[in-house]
Amino acid sequence: MSPFALLFLIAGLGLIAWLTARARAMRFDRGGAKRLHSLPSQHGWYVAMWTVLPALLFLAVWGSVSPGLVREAVMQHPAAKQLPAFDFEREALLGEASRIAHTPGAKAFDPLAEQLAEPTRAAEKRYGWTGTAAAILLAFAGGAFAFTRIRAGFRARSRVERAVMLILLVASLIAILTTLGIFLSLLWESLRFFGQVSVFDFLFGTHWSPQVIDPADPGASLGAVPLFWGTFFIGAVIAMIVAIPFGLMSAIYLTQYAAPRVRRWMKPILEILAGVPTVVYGYFAALTVAPAVRDLAVSLGMTYASSESALAAGLVMGVMIIPFVSSMADDSIAAVPAAMRDGSLAMGATTSETIRRVLLPAALPGVVAGVLLAVSRAIGETMIVVMAASGAATITLNPFESATTVTKQIVDLLTGEAEFDSPKTLAAFALGLTLFVVTLLLNIVALAVVKRYREAYE
Amino acid sequence: MTETAPAPANDTGHKMSAKNVNVFYGSTQAIRDVSIDIDMDHVTAFIGPSGCGKSTFLRTLNRMNDTVASARVEGDIRLDGEDIYSPSMDVVQLRARVGMVFQKPNPFPKSIYENVAYGPRIHGLAASKADMDGIVERSLKRAGLWEEVKDRLSDSGTALSGGQQQRLCIARAIAVDPEVILMDEPCSALDPIATAKIEELIHELRGRYAIVIVTHNMQQAARVSQRTAFFHLGTLVEYGVTDDIFTNPRQERTKDYITGRYG
Repeated sequence: MSPFALLFLIAGLGLIAWLTARARAMRFDRGGAKRLHSLPSQHGWYVAMWTVLPALLFLAVWGSVSPGLVREAVMQHPAAKQLPAFDFEREALLGEASRIAHTPGAKAFDPLAEQLAEPTRAAEKRYGWTGTAAAILLAFAGGAFAFTRIRAGFRARSRVERAVMLILLVASLIAILTTLGIFLSLLWESLRFFGQVSVFDFLFGTHWSPQVIDPADPGASLGAVPLFWGTFFIGAVIAMIVAIPFGLMSAIYLTQYAAPRVRRWMKPILEILAGVPTVVYGYFAALTVAPAVRDLAVSLGMTYASSESALAAGLVMGVMIIPFVSSMADDSIAAVPAAMRDGSLAMGATTSETIRRVLLPAALPGVVAGVLLAVSRAIGETMIVVMAASGAATITLNPFESATTVTKQIVDLLTGEAEFDSPKTLAAFALGLTLFVVTLLLNIVALAVVKRYREAYE
Repeated sequence: MTETAPAPANDTGHKMSAKNVNVFYGSTQAIRDVSIDIDMDHVTAFIGPSGCGKSTFLRTLNRMNDTVASARVEGDIRLDGEDIYSPSMDVVQLRARVGMVFQKPNPFPKSIYENVAYGPRIHGLAASKADMDGIVERSLKRAGLWEEVKDRLSDSGTALSGGQQQRLCIARAIAVDPEVILMDEPCSALDPIATAKIEELIHELRGRYAIVIVTHNMQQAARVSQRTAFFHLGTLVEYGVTDDIFTNPRQERTKDYITGRYG
């Protein structure tokens, strides 16, 4: 039975359980002292959960266990003795056997795989049916167990409530566990990298040229400082010089000056800016802004002006971040109690004096937090710099010169043919880990600032 | 008390006078045809049930309703005979002359000193640091807060107790030397002891400013005011000497409200 059909069947069993349990619970409802503690439909949910959840849980476990069982069964076959001892080749053969087992009429490159196809098919079939039967049995057993518990006084309501809470808890844990998993896998690959290159060389080295690596001393050409500088220069300096003033001013205009009618139009348009795919910003940066910036540089007398300047990427990134800063600033200005504003206006202050002297100082922590989050977004931004920034790792203060970023280098290192155990490729993971840690810290600091600020007004 | 009922409105002699004022929020009318005179050296209390428009009317006196986009004011309101809604009236100047204290104490998240110095700074009233120190000290003294805070002027204004915060707000309002002070239920967020202090303060300030106070508390109106105006459903039902209003109301509705039949 296909997994899809099985799930459908279990869902159907759940529905039947719900209906019968509800009907049974209704029969208990006689009114007076014998009234049901819970609504009939809650009894229905209780039994349905007992029918569906154990079966699903079992299938989830079975899904991870059964491939191992199949493998073991196949290895029992006499032909398996001829399998090569080397891991890689053995896996390839077994994989091929499994493929032939699933596609009728397929031929194998290796006759050994063909010999193993039949036992594989048999084992998969056997364990498939075992799992299906066990799941259905479990569904019936769970349903029957719950069904027998239906009584007038049975507290199905609170049990369902607790089950719902557990389901929600698991759902929220999945996001957290995924983050943890990402972090661990990054950490694992990075550790492999740092086994070959010293942490010190990587973090403080100023020479970055991964295309030419001396096998004797890989650390000498994998110093990431130029990348950190480029990332900081483009994402935290140039982009913020654009995003902070414009974001802040648009937030002030929208919260303090704009008529409700103007605000109703302007705010969504600003938010559309946040919804533009970054690859579109990338085109814009590479095709429109970069040539303009280069022409400007040439007219300023810089003959060496690059068409992949830090300025072009940073400017466009700043524009991308404007709605982000604006909406954070908007929120924190709006969170300043209206009484504060009224108090200032009643003293005879003008709107702009009120903003400068009362609203902005009070909203400052929120604005700072918004800027930190914006920086963390900007330095993690990839598409714009891949398309508009240069690959040359230079440390420069001149915005018209080319600069590269961590994200751009990660993409460069991982595209094209690459061995997955060379320092060059593994460097991408170390860069990723660094970026992850930095943005994580920025976010934590920003959230802490926001939290302290919120408490100040309680 | 030997007060006489206020004379009919004319533009001379009264600190503020309102004639035939209507206020609208969008299409709903909050104030209907209210005429009233406010005099120096008096405390005028506005009483009435919730939603009767007394706060709305108070806010028309220093144009704080301007901050509400949908609000519209009709009629004639004069300060020393000058129409405060005429285009030539500068709102900044008006609010410097007609100060306001709000229902909930709203000190700025700045130091005590900076809270009081806020208005004088905006209006350029102090030429030097010494001048400003003088203004801050004088205002805090008048607000009866000086003794409690003189050693910690650099502490945050929001760290004070509720009653102290409200007196700080009063100090902030009188720092710009207004002629009229509007108080919108200034004690409703305070405990009885803090309330008593504010009432005492209102007594002391009375000789210097025209004070208008909105209150829910009829005993408070009787205690602090010389004149009382009773609002109901956006209209001014009765206005007169406080003693008369409380002992001998002329209108049936006033009597019902004062005796607690509704409100």
